Amino acid sequence: MDILNALVAFLNFVFIPAAAYGAQLALGALGVTLIYAILRFSNFAHGDTMAFGTAITILVTWGLQSLGVSLGPLPTALLALPVGIAATAVLVLGTDRAVYRFYRAQRAAPIIFVMASVGVMFVMNGLTRLLIGVDEQRFDDGARFIIAVRDFREWSGLAEGLALRSTQALTVVVTAIVCAALFWFLNRTKSGKAMRAYSDNEDLALLSGIDPERVVRLTWIIAAALMTIAGVLYGLDKSFRPFNYFQILLPIFAAAIVGGLGNPVGAIAGGFLVAFSEVAVTYPWVKVAGYLFPGWQPGGLLQLLGTEYKFAVSFVILIVVLLFRPTGLFSGKSV
Amino acid sequence: MSANRQAAAVSPWRAPILFAILAVLFLLEGTVRNGLFSGSWNTALAILNMGLISAITALGVNMQWGYAGLFNTGVVGFLAIGGLAPVLVSLPPVDGAWAAGGPRLILALLAGIGTLAMARIVHVRTRRGWAVALVLIGGFVAYRWLFDPAVTAIEANNAARAGNIGGLGLPVLMSWIVGGLFAAAAAWAVGKVALGLRSDYLAIATLGIGEIIVAVLRNEDWLARGVKNIASIPRPVPYEIELQQNPEFVDFAARWGFSVAEASGIWVKLCYMLLFLVVLLAIILLAELALKSPWGRMMRAIRDNETAAEAMGKDVTARHLQVFVLGSAVIGIAGAMMITLDGLMAPTSYNPLRYTFLIWVMVIVGGSGNNWGSVLGAVLIWFVWIKVEVWGPNLIGVLVGPLPDGDLKAHLLGSAPHMRFIAMGLVLLLVLRFAPRGLVPEK
Repeated sequence: MDILNALVAFLNFVFIPAAAYGAQLALGALGVTLIYAILRFSNFAHGDTMAFGTAITILVTWGLQSLGVSLGPLPTALLALPVGIAATAVLVLGTDRAVYRFYRAQRAAPIIFVMASVGVMFVMNGLTRLLIGVDEQRFDDGARFIIAVRDFREWSGLAEGLALRSTQALTVVVTAIVCAALFWFLNRTKSGKAMRAYSDNEDLALLSGIDPERVVRLTWIIAAALMTIAGVLYGLDKSFRPFNYFQILLPIFAAAIVGGLGNPVGAIAGGFLVAFSEVAVTYPWVKVAGYLFPGWQPGGLLQLLGTEYKFAVSFVILIVVLLFRPTGLFSGKSV
Repeated sequence: MSANRQAAAVSPWRAPILFAILAVLFLLEGTVRNGLFSGSWNTALAILNMGLISAITALGVNMQWGYAGLFNTGVVGFLAIGGLAPVLVSLPPVDGAWAAGGPRLILALLAGIGTLAMARIVHVRTRRGWAVALVLIGGFVAYRWLFDPAVTAIEANNAARAGNIGGLGLPVLMSWIVGGLFAAAAAWAVGKVALGLRSDYLAIATLGIGEIIVAVLRNEDWLARGVKNIASIPRPVPYEIELQQNPEFVDFAARWGFSVAEASGIWVKLCYMLLFLVVLLAIILLAELALKSPWGRMMRAIRDNETAAEAMGKDVTARHLQVFVLGSAVIGIAGAMMITLDGLMAPTSYNPLRYTFLIWVMVIVGGSGNNWGSVLGAVLIWFVWIKVEVWGPNLIGVLVGPLPDGDLKAHLLGSAPHMRFIAMGLVLLLVLRFAPRGLVPEK
């Protein structure tokens, strides 16, 4: 029995990738949940807006790279990120003005908002394709690894290697900073409290003199920042392909619903829960089992589901939550 | 929702005029050859046939949305699972596939379903989480133990040419009904879970089931050969090559002044068109009858005010499930018809933007709640969607003509196909806002 090697294999193939992916999902789900809390609809344009913000960031990154600007070991995309956020914020504020505000004034049913967000999704999708095309793009630069497999092997003397890519570490760090800032904003500042009040009870918030349009604008700006950061981190980690950003919509929704729609803490927990289940279910455990039980020769790969079915994992989690706790683990808005 | 559905009456001539305009568009496509139209009857009929299939899909979506206000974002999945039916029903059996692992496969699938049913019984009887988990884990192990060897055996059987379980060799028209049944079963499973909760949840759950069904078709080679595709699905109509060798048909073509190749293409497409029209009209007839019956009035009452309908003793969730399953069955029929028309099962072609959200644009533009409106919207939007592929680059070509050659011009020309998405999104948003009742509003 070789616990150390098994542990390293587990960290390398399950824990680290799932932590990075979970952080990306958590940021995405935070955006979905905020929009749900304030505007009260599930935003189907979320994934494609993430793609748009990422596309802008990539274009600026390329511009910076051609000017010879770089951040040393960090990816240049971090410098371009504020531009991406600003552009996305302008765009979502524009769509709110042009599309959603009308239905808000009409007090339309939530499903009409969802439908409108599908229209917005089409437009965003087209805009992203127009900007950058449909092909895969890589835009990471700087140091590739914080811990490389070979260095780790030489340092530890273990058979199993451990790799920590800089984008993975960056993802977790940035997510931690963003979450801390968001919770500080929501709990400590006047605007943040206004947002929470509006989310809890719209009429009471109006009575106490909170300007609803201001709250909505703030929400969109924060959501734009979350979406762009999530999109860029996902793109840095895995590479950018617009269609992937449509597909990531399902895990993001699952994460937001698992945590309880409208509940920010729940969104973060949900993101990690979905990511860890997805990776754990689709990882072939035969290697780890081989270290733990050297005498055992399993017939297969000990893989519960093929990686092609990773979306099924989010779906099953979603179904289980809908069946047993429709308000989510951290009790979000009512059903 | 009630506010934008009850509005002033519209002219009774509106629908006939719009259909007439649509007919003129197709006549122009068939006869006039210029920058806008192809002047080929083959093209016109090909667009029309796919438009009719889209119309049937749109009817299914309209049942869900127009009658009940349910937002199904997994249309692509129900189309795909319907498309599985022609493969499983009408293809000739694969030699040796059944012997290799057929019974074991059926047993595995039964074990899977049995596990779920068992888990549910244990849950209801005991309410103990660990007991349910035990049943599920045991069931999963048994399922994989049965399933994996069966799949390996089937896929190893004549892997280069088949490797799938094969069909039953029955007439392909029969598979259209089976396709509807497949989709209905999938819809029942999703609806059972997601209905009765808030309205967005159905949208999210159907998005998931749509992606999963397409993923299954793509990856389960034993089922329909996955991405290796299945060509040569039997046809309900004659083949062009047979017609071209038939002297009677050659005479007939000559009399009408068409070349034999062209005439055979047109003839085949006309045959398909008739078949599709029969299905379309039958579904519309049934749908209209249902809508005018007490059941239809109840559905509309539920849609317009769920609380009131519930207070009157209507089981809203059960009715929603019913109409969701019915609508999905219609979508499944359309999926089977589409595979029959193409003669090809290619799972990679199932793109949600094209097969889910475009259908939604059709329903909203046509007029949600009105069957004829959905048909009109479907054929019209499909025509525009296909023609924009030609018109867009031409238009951009004219617009950027004066620009000097260079990167920008090349980029703009290359980006023309993406304009379709922006255009469709804008159409959806504009109709939703300024004419929420669509081209042919509900009566």
